[in-house]
Amino acid sequence: MEKNKTIKRAFIASLPVLAGYMVLGIGFGIMMRDKGFGVLWTAAMSLSIFSGTLQYVGVGLLAAPATMIQTAITSLIVNARYMFYSISMVKKYKGTGKYKPFLIFGLTDETYTILSGETPKDANENKYRFLVTTFNHIYWIIGGITGNLLGQIIPFSTRGIDFSMTAIFIASFTEEWIKKNNRKGAIIGVVTTLVCLLLFGEKWFLIPSMLIMTLLLSIKPKREAAK
Amino acid sequence: MKTEAILIIIMAGVTALLRFLPFLFFSGKRETPKYIVYLGEVLPQAIIGMLIVYCLRLTDFTTKPFGLPEIIAVVFVVVLQAVKRNSLLSVLGGTAVYMLLLQLVFK
Repeated sequence: MEKNKTIKRAFIASLPVLAGYMVLGIGFGIMMRDKGFGVLWTAAMSLSIFSGTLQYVGVGLLAAPATMIQTAITSLIVNARYMFYSISMVKKYKGTGKYKPFLIFGLTDETYTILSGETPKDANENKYRFLVTTFNHIYWIIGGITGNLLGQIIPFSTRGIDFSMTAIFIASFTEEWIKKNNRKGAIIGVVTTLVCLLLFGEKWFLIPSMLIMTLLLSIKPKREAAK
Repeated sequence: MKTEAILIIIMAGVTALLRFLPFLFFSGKRETPKYIVYLGEVLPQAIIGMLIVYCLRLTDFTTKPFGLPEIIAVVFVVVLQAVKRNSLLSVLGGTAVYMLLLQLVFK
């Protein structure tokens, strides 16, 4: 019984990601095909990298093709934020046992947003985390393959559907805000990023944002941690 | 063909490295340092705030329609979430509103 409940909870939690990953995945699959890469290349990337941002950039790197050094540095810059996600999950993922490597591998923006929140009370925590990560990975792979194979015959306009990603973050942000869960962090995150966007421009603002917000949050950590 | 395969391996390797490094660094039987525990409590909300700004970074507020579809859809998601407390509903509803605005209202 508990098992079914966990599967149900994980599936429901992953549903908002379904729409977004299908669409972004399809976009990725189409880009790959436009550069002459077929379904195996598309699936291989979604399977092994599992990072939307880097895979979008990666299409260009493959097509060029870029050098190994260029590719490594680009990957480092585009995905440096993941280090901060992982830092904040060190404690949470401590007792996850055999699931741990896959959980870490699957820490995308969206998976992180879902799993940094609370696990539903009637679900087995580790299985729930594993299933949410797995569902999201499957959506991402299927999206890419779908785009690569049938990108041009989608019968309705999907323009604007990528807003589902934004909506995932906003819904989660609002929920935590209502629960009065670390509002200071929420404000610091938004304001720091906005300021960095203005200062550094849209290509470079993520890394300074992460560094500065971590620094700001580190002021007076002892008193905060004690409460 | 071989070059492309190597580049994919590099992208996958660097990405995995970034994700795994903090866990490798703070692994083992040792107690997780207090500071890292603290960051685990405060960083997620800040990061989610950052991702919202990231998603909306290309919104153009200076020319028509002055970011109105984004503003309306964001407010819609916030209100729906505050009232119904159901993330799935908020995400699907917000996305539908945004698509309608983009495709029918502000085309």
